[in-house]
Amino acid sequence: MRARVLVRPKEGILDPQGQAVERALPALGFSGVSNVHVGRLIELEVEDPEQLPAMCERLLSNPLIEDWEIEEPGR
Amino acid sequence: MKFGIVQFPGSCDDVDALGAASRVGEATLLWHAERDLKGVDAVIVPGGFSYGDYLRAGAIARFAPVMEEVAEFARAGGPVLGICNGFQVLCEAGLLPGALLPNTSLRFVFRQVELEVVDPDTPFTCACARGERLSIPVKHTTGRYYAPGPVQVVLRYARGHNPNGSQDDIAGVRNEAGNVFGLMPHPEHAVDRLTGSTDGLKIFESIREHVEHRVFA
Repeated sequence: MRARVLVRPKEGILDPQGQAVERALPALGFSGVSNVHVGRLIELEVEDPEQLPAMCERLLSNPLIEDWEIEEPGR
Repeated sequence: MKFGIVQFPGSCDDVDALGAASRVGEATLLWHAERDLKGVDAVIVPGGFSYGDYLRAGAIARFAPVMEEVAEFARAGGPVLGICNGFQVLCEAGLLPGALLPNTSLRFVFRQVELEVVDPDTPFTCACARGERLSIPVKHTTGRYYAPGPVQVVLRYARGHNPNGSQDDIAGVRNEAGNVFGLMPHPEHAVDRLTGSTDGLKIFESIREHVEHRVFA
């Protein structure tokens, strides 16, 4: 099974990468952009998708500072 | 006394840590893939880019075989010092509270900073006075300390010296038991007058005092 794990900074945690992107977009003429956050996309093939949450908690994210979300295409 | 310095693939401050520790005691390297702590009295997890900092700084290193032994050593009360990447590893391993985030500036910082000793009653600062200032360099990109709750602060950046946006100017924290300590600045790079400051030696001397007092008390 193919899955995607999305990892993003937890709400309320300062995200300077998101801020930098948010400031850069208007410089290129794109207006009306707000709330930009930069996270991570992890693609993986897993035999047992039931294990995905534990993988997210123990390694793929640091739950103290990041939220994770699993996308399983075709489910 | 004997210091053990953990060596991961990607460690780069292991040799300086070995040199600094050798000034106050014996010191030996502990290879990441081995489980033998060689009977050391204190463990140092040094700076660098363990396992390439892949995924998150310190995230992979915490699963190294040697880290299981270091965790066991810490649970038994042995002093464990994490410097920079070592601090990140100890946080990821859950041996210290909190996490290190990218610097607010998103830039690598490399400069001498002034630190204030907040807690001199630890195995790592017992040779310092409360409020004493230490001049020690920082060099990192991921050093912004964050913890959701209260933590035991050992060192703070002096006013105007916070290089990374750390919460409450925190430069170093300890665990509740007091035997695990992590800091972003590099005491091992401040042990020779040639490079401007010998204040870093106080951290290593503190550990020696602690260990020798404990053994011979």
